[in-house]
Amino acid sequence: MSLAVTDLTYAFGTKTALDHVSFSVAPGQFCALLGPNGAGKSTLFNLLTRLYTTRGGRIEIAGHDMGRTPRQALARMGVVFQSQTLDLDLTVMQNLRYFAALQGTSGAEATRRCEDAMDRLDIADRAGQRARDLNGGHRRRLELARALLHDPAVLLLDEPTVGLDAASRAALVAHVHDLAATRNLTVLWATHLTDEVLQGDRLVILHQGRILADGIAGEIAGDRGLQETFLALTGERAA
Amino acid sequence: MSNALPARAWATALGAIVRREAYRFWQQRARLLSALVRPLVWLLVFAAGFRAALGLSIIPPYETYITYETYIVPGLCGMILLFNGMQSSLSLVYDREMGSMRLLLTAPLPRWWLLFAKLVAGTAISVIQAYAFLAVAAGFGIAMPWYGYILVLPALVITGLMLGALGLALSSTVKQLENFAGVMNFVIFPCFFLSTALYPLWRMAESSRLLRDICAVNPFSHGVELIRFALYGQINWASLGWSLLAFAVFGAAAVWGYDPARGMVRRKG
Repeated sequence: MSLAVTDLTYAFGTKTALDHVSFSVAPGQFCALLGPNGAGKSTLFNLLTRLYTTRGGRIEIAGHDMGRTPRQALARMGVVFQSQTLDLDLTVMQNLRYFAALQGTSGAEATRRCEDAMDRLDIADRAGQRARDLNGGHRRRLELARALLHDPAVLLLDEPTVGLDAASRAALVAHVHDLAATRNLTVLWATHLTDEVLQGDRLVILHQGRILADGIAGEIAGDRGLQETFLALTGERAA
Repeated sequence: MSNALPARAWATALGAIVRREAYRFWQQRARLLSALVRPLVWLLVFAAGFRAALGLSIIPPYETYITYETYIVPGLCGMILLFNGMQSSLSLVYDREMGSMRLLLTAPLPRWWLLFAKLVAGTAISVIQAYAFLAVAAGFGIAMPWYGYILVLPALVITGLMLGALGLALSSTVKQLENFAGVMNFVIFPCFFLSTALYPLWRMAESSRLLRDICAVNPFSHGVELIRFALYGQINWASLGWSLLAFAVFGAAAVWGYDPARGMVRRKG
């Protein structure tokens, strides 16, 4: 498995944010982590990216134990955070080169990787443009290009479509699905929007720190459809 | 890329972090101007006004009577390092609030190294500003021996690292950007005024033994004395030791403060 979470538990004081969460994702699989606000998705992402650590449970990324060999695990992971993490005063190319350097890559190799990443996300014509001057969709594309720069085995995206218009959102969902299929990339996509999940996707539904469902989206949804099923499972009503 | 990054990669990341800081500084050139205005006001207005009131005896490293302006130059270099150290930390709190701190802390490098790289970057900017101030002061006729300008470099670096580490440690305890202003007021002003930056220890002892003792243990005093002696080609070993010790303590506190097991980023960012 490329991504394996075993018996993960985390609490903020007396409030349990994650309660014995376990799931795994195979290479090339797109896994949607679906949960309403406050389900524990962001806490899980903070643990997966080692912004938090816990002794309750185990995380494995591409065969590396996050607790024992965190740097090896982080090196195999690309992340698109929910909040924007671009340096707005740097150009597209400078943002990519800065990240490449944080991954230990410089010189001609860094240039090649940055150019490849921009080509893949179709932002090469904006290489010299400051991140501040990009629209929301292009900023997200840049963040995705950056997350793929070091050829990770696992790609984590924490609600990456927040703030995007419908067209940009659909394009991003399609592109990341394509990445999983064509590059054998393991994807964990956190969202609270059911229309971002395709029928054939692997789906983990998280609610109040617990996994309520784990399987193929189409099978979990059944005849009721994913939206209805999700609302029924989480006990929430449609607005 | 299945193994941890080699040592060369550590240097690559350090270089990138320093370059990024330098680039931001270059883009905010007004920062250099404001960093110079503050000490120059002290030097050209405050010191001129107090020259008559504050008589100074001959104390090491000085071998003759000096003007008050000459006396406070090392303290004002320290002031630049102190303000810049806090400003760098302020930018860390900002980065944390804005989320860009996550990018840095998820790099596959030891966290202490990433923090050290931020510290080196901030110190490099501080030292440039201190040299700019020394050049302007020399332009106003307050000059040091020529060799002092070379020998002061390691003293500025050590003091800059020490004060930057203090700011880094403080930034790990601050939840929100707005709270940082309060911390600065409670740190910068006591640090500066309860030190040897503006008056020597014996002067302070004349008014209060307690205040003199506080000044004597204030790490900022030792940073200032390290700079003062270096400007005259001498090493104040006690100040060097205190400054290095304070750097180690503040640095350890910063690493502890940013330890993921403590969930520093859980507050935000």
